Amino acid sequence: MRKFTRYILQKFSWYLLAFFLALFLNFLLPRLVPGDPISVLVSQMMSGAVTSEAQERVYQSFIQEFGLDKPFFVQFFTYVGNVFKGNLGTSFSLYPLSVNKIMADALPWTLFLQFPAIIVGWIVGNLLGAFAAYRKGNFDRILFPVALFINSVPYYCLAIILLYVFGVYLRWFPIGGGYSRTLLPSWSWPFIVDVLHHYFLPFISIVLVTIGGQAIGMREMAIYELNTDYVTYCKMLGMGDRKIQSYVFRNAMLPQITGLAISLGTMVGGSLITEIVFGYPGIGSTLFNGIRRLDYPLIQGSTLIIALTVLAANFIIDIVYGLIDPRIKAAQVEGS
Amino acid sequence: METLKLLFKSPKFIAGLGIFVFLFLTAFIYPAVVDKNPFEMVGLMYEAPSSRYILGTDNFGRDVFVELIHGMKTSLIIGLFAGVIATAIGVTIGLFAGYKGGTVDNILNSITNIFLVIPPFVILILITVSLRSRSLAVMGLVLGITSWPWTARAVRAQSMSLRGREHVDIARLNGASVVEIIIREIMPYILSYIFMAFVLQVASGILNEAGISMLGLGPSNVVSLGTMLSWALLFESVRSGAWWAFVPPAITIALITFSLYFMNTGMDEIFNPRLRS
Repeated sequence: MRKFTRYILQKFSWYLLAFFLALFLNFLLPRLVPGDPISVLVSQMMSGAVTSEAQERVYQSFIQEFGLDKPFFVQFFTYVGNVFKGNLGTSFSLYPLSVNKIMADALPWTLFLQFPAIIVGWIVGNLLGAFAAYRKGNFDRILFPVALFINSVPYYCLAIILLYVFGVYLRWFPIGGGYSRTLLPSWSWPFIVDVLHHYFLPFISIVLVTIGGQAIGMREMAIYELNTDYVTYCKMLGMGDRKIQSYVFRNAMLPQITGLAISLGTMVGGSLITEIVFGYPGIGSTLFNGIRRLDYPLIQGSTLIIALTVLAANFIIDIVYGLIDPRIKAAQVEGS
Repeated sequence: METLKLLFKSPKFIAGLGIFVFLFLTAFIYPAVVDKNPFEMVGLMYEAPSSRYILGTDNFGRDVFVELIHGMKTSLIIGLFAGVIATAIGVTIGLFAGYKGGTVDNILNSITNIFLVIPPFVILILITVSLRSRSLAVMGLVLGITSWPWTARAVRAQSMSLRGREHVDIARLNGASVVEIIIREIMPYILSYIFMAFVLQVASGILNEAGISMLGLGPSNVVSLGTMLSWALLFESVRSGAWWAFVPPAITIALITFSLYFMNTGMDEIFNPRLRS
């Protein structure tokens, strides 16, 4: 097992490096905005009713929080220090609410929506793809172009169209939000049913697009595997179809797992916009509001949380991959 | 030439190319012939499709059909530009890393891997947030520099497998420089592959443009398919039932990407004989 620990440690250090790069970009880019965004923002959000002294106070508190009166490098270390202390700063637009609090409210919704949807879509897509490659004929001829078309429809377009057809036109589902405004969040049956009712459309829109992409990839891999020598050999040995199918499936699965890791970033990005379409109260909607109000701490907090979640998910996939890929296992045995 | 002839035997490639060329020509010829400003407010908010405005009007009372054609043109330009940039960066890095191997490969491959796991969408958001004005060219550039990593990764693998070929060795013995070898001895063999990657990059450029526009970070002062969707969403066209404001751009985006994916699949089947079922 020592080799495997090393594999994990090695992967971990890469992800740590990627995380620092993300952190640096997160720190640097919004600071390139020309002008002094804080003074503009403070005057914008305080316009009217508030005295200039109060404005000055808010301005100073922001300057202090970000250390903007200090040199660039000190600012960066202040930022990194704050992030590691788990402090994402104070929101501009929802002052004096902390970004931590806003994220803590939004993140569960996003995880609750995206994680199950991506996993379900991935599993169903792979099964369909393998099936299409194996069955060929009419099933494949119909499934393939359909999958290709669904895969070309971006997440948000499918979301908009589903919302219109099933929410606005047929009125089967609510037209947005995470739950009805009339209910108070609690662990009661009516509330859970209401949440699921709101959940269905955004969920299914992510599932459908994921199925499309995964089915195409899996079909391609499975066709490739079906044409390999070992399959011919197995057939000549008179092995049963089911047995061969399971070999093909297992071999074609490996690249699909890497594929999941690579496309995870895209999937999460795409489903963030799904949240906006449905007004779902997750990170996507938070980010959208942050962008509309030029709330930099909120934008930075959201992008950081998204990057962190995707990195964590990729890391987990890498560990799983290490556990099941015979080549990595072989390398472990060889080395020991 | 031979490959081109082969390509035109693939019904998938032909169908994809046909749709794409049709959309492309419409997007470029229509604005040149019919001089209509997509920003002109011609009617009231959300007028239903009629004989006068075949796709109705949007939230600002603008003609959706005119907007759609101009938006298509913008999206295609941004997508093609982003595709060229992403492919150029990805191919250069991939070829060098794969051919050189050793330290150069280690460094380039590490950079690629790091950028593969940081969600490109996040980098895209951070860059566009920090830009005050986003012109067509800037949008294309930003979309291109955030989506090169997977092209680099794929090209690297191809380039690595060609490194040990005899004709490459002969060129090296003849004293050809690294750049010469890469351009003359390696690139021609993966040209079809590069073109396929380019087609996918164009599609992803168009998709990402629309995505980032819906977050409110789209190109400024132009109509694109993404900004049309973003306005439609912002002004509640879905909830007020004005389907003509969001269905046309949504379908157009899907159609463009579909045609590109279809072309790609057709090419894949031709260049990759093992995939022919």
